[in-house]
Amino acid sequence: MELLEIKNLSLRFGGIIALTALDMTVREGELHAVIGPNGAGKTSLFNCISGVYHPTLGEILLRGENISHLKPNEIAEKGIARTFQNIELFANMSVIDNLMLGCHTHMTSGILSCSLFFGKALRQEEESRLQVERIIDFLEIEKVRKKAVGSLPYGIQKRVEFGRALAMKPKILLLDEPVAGMNVEETEDIARFVLDIKEEMGITIIMVEHDMGVVMDIADTVTVLDFGSKIGEGSPLEVQSNPKVIAAYLGQ
Amino acid sequence: MRIFQTIWGKLWLILFCLALLSLPLWADPYIIYMVNISGIAVIAAIGLNILTGLTGQISLGHAAFVAIGAYTSAILASKLNTPFWLTIPAGGIVAAFFGILLGFPCLRLKGLYLAMATMSFGVVVEYGITHWDSLTMGVRGISVPAPTIFGYTLGDPSKLFYVTIFFVTILTLGAKNLARTRIGRAFVAIRDRDVAAEVIGINLTKYKVMAFAISSFYGGVAGGLYSYSTTYLHPENFTLLLSIEYIAMIIIGGLGSILGSIFGAVFLTAMPDIIKGFADFMGRQFVFLHGRYDEEWNIAAFGLLIMIFLIVEPTGLNGIWTRIKTSFKNWPFTY
Ligand SMILES: Nc1ncnc2c1ncn2[C@@H]1O[C@H](COP(=O)(O)OP(=O)(O)OP(=O)(O)O)[C@@H](O)[C@H]1O
Ligand SMILES: [Mg+2]
Repeated sequence: MELLEIKNLSLRFGGIIALTALDMTVREGELHAVIGPNGAGKTSLFNCISGVYHPTLGEILLRGENISHLKPNEIAEKGIARTFQNIELFANMSVIDNLMLGCHTHMTSGILSCSLFFGKALRQEEESRLQVERIIDFLEIEKVRKKAVGSLPYGIQKRVEFGRALAMKPKILLLDEPVAGMNVEETEDIARFVLDIKEEMGITIIMVEHDMGVVMDIADTVTVLDFGSKIGEGSPLEVQSNPKVIAAYLGQ
Repeated sequence: MRIFQTIWGKLWLILFCLALLSLPLWADPYIIYMVNISGIAVIAAIGLNILTGLTGQISLGHAAFVAIGAYTSAILASKLNTPFWLTIPAGGIVAAFFGILLGFPCLRLKGLYLAMATMSFGVVVEYGITHWDSLTMGVRGISVPAPTIFGYTLGDPSKLFYVTIFFVTILTLGAKNLARTRIGRAFVAIRDRDVAAEVIGINLTKYKVMAFAISSFYGGVAGGLYSYSTTYLHPENFTLLLSIEYIAMIIIGGLGSILGSIFGAVFLTAMPDIIKGFADFMGRQFVFLHGRYDEEWNIAAFGLLIMIFLIVEPTGLNGIWTRIKTSFKNWPFTY
């Protein structure tokens, strides 16, 4: 079944065309990779899906409902979470607080109950804290849970950002270059986490990634972008043998 | 070791509370008056720190909310004989209403532009209370009747003291709780990275306006208490200089810290007396300095202190306090 359908999506910044007439379908439960050379429009696509940018033309349908005009926080509430190419964590806060922020949409306590720290606020803080601890265990970051995120190494920060997105209990998770700048070992760890998220948690994943090894290993479907339009799509094997893709990207 | 620490911590806290609550029994009325004024400043400073320190929205118009709260309670008390336990919260609510009104147009403003917008709001409010004679008595000023409860007058500082301490306590605890729960985290997230905050589901409009509302509610309650403490309000009590004083309090105390707001507010409220005492002392030691003290020194000292803290101690008095605490915890192992 189609979970996310992108139809005729175009995004322009003045004269710069970031995306043109893009069509793409993401099925429920799959790991869908988006690849393409630098400046191809991959991050722009994520920004459109998560509501940071609003497309110039076209539609983004989540289970048939157009979400392209919604604000980022509304899209988050619909169950779409993401990580960023350049880590966007709250650097002064602890790992726990960053993950607790991920739980924001699942908490409903208002000013009164929060300022009294009583009733709903207390109950939800405790529940979220338990969930956060489970995610911390899953991502193997127990040792740093109370540390300020800004003081942690890059690889760990990437995991914390995963954790914050997972705390949102999303249906769809957008990962923008999750293994960029990592060594072989760290890359393997992250690939394992991504597969676990897909298989154990049943979360649909869209992943932008330059590391072809990872993409070919774990992706179910690959969409290839170049200069804002789609030049190829299919299973990793099909894409690898597509002459247009080879010319634009793999053959570089 | 830890239990030892917390037992001592608790003991000190209890001693402090006992000393504070029994203050009217043994302290000089001027001291009690100063404690009341400090308590009022604490409430206002916590309010500003929620908006500026936690949420990152700078405001140079905080005095306007204090003024709105003060005038609301003064007018209700003098014209409608409303009891103080209604006028003070009413001051907070009316101020919060204006805070929401100001919050919406300020949504897209940041930094200098926001500072200018909030400052202009302060000027407009000052103009309003100066010229709306029929309601505020304008430059003639408005007298505030002493608060009463069950026919018992609470007019003098030693009685108002308990009213002030009551509001300081609940509003401080409320702010502390707010800061450590969902809403406080959302505020800080907006301050640190607004795009990421929005993407994880925080409604920027709602929380920015909420920060304005809470902050101005605190300012309004402080104003209500202030009207009873001074018994007479004049538009000149609420100028831009007061807004800047509140900014100074939270910078010197520590941005984003509730405890810091308390330190900063008490410190700056007591500072004129400290300067005066120091000047008198110097005047007695050195003849050529005798009688040179000037009120203007206070303003210069504010400026100087803000500069010193911005450069030397950006985490404010709260940062110094935290360091003292940690060094005591590690004592006698100093590393
Ligand atoms: N906010 C913006 N304003 C103007 N142009 C932009 C903006 N964001 C992206 N672009 C342009 O859109 C094009 C696509 O950029 P995008 O960041 O989506 O590429 P990408 O595929 O993610 O590249 P990379 O692999 O380097 O991350 C680029 O030419 C970029 O300069
Ligand atoms: Mg990119």
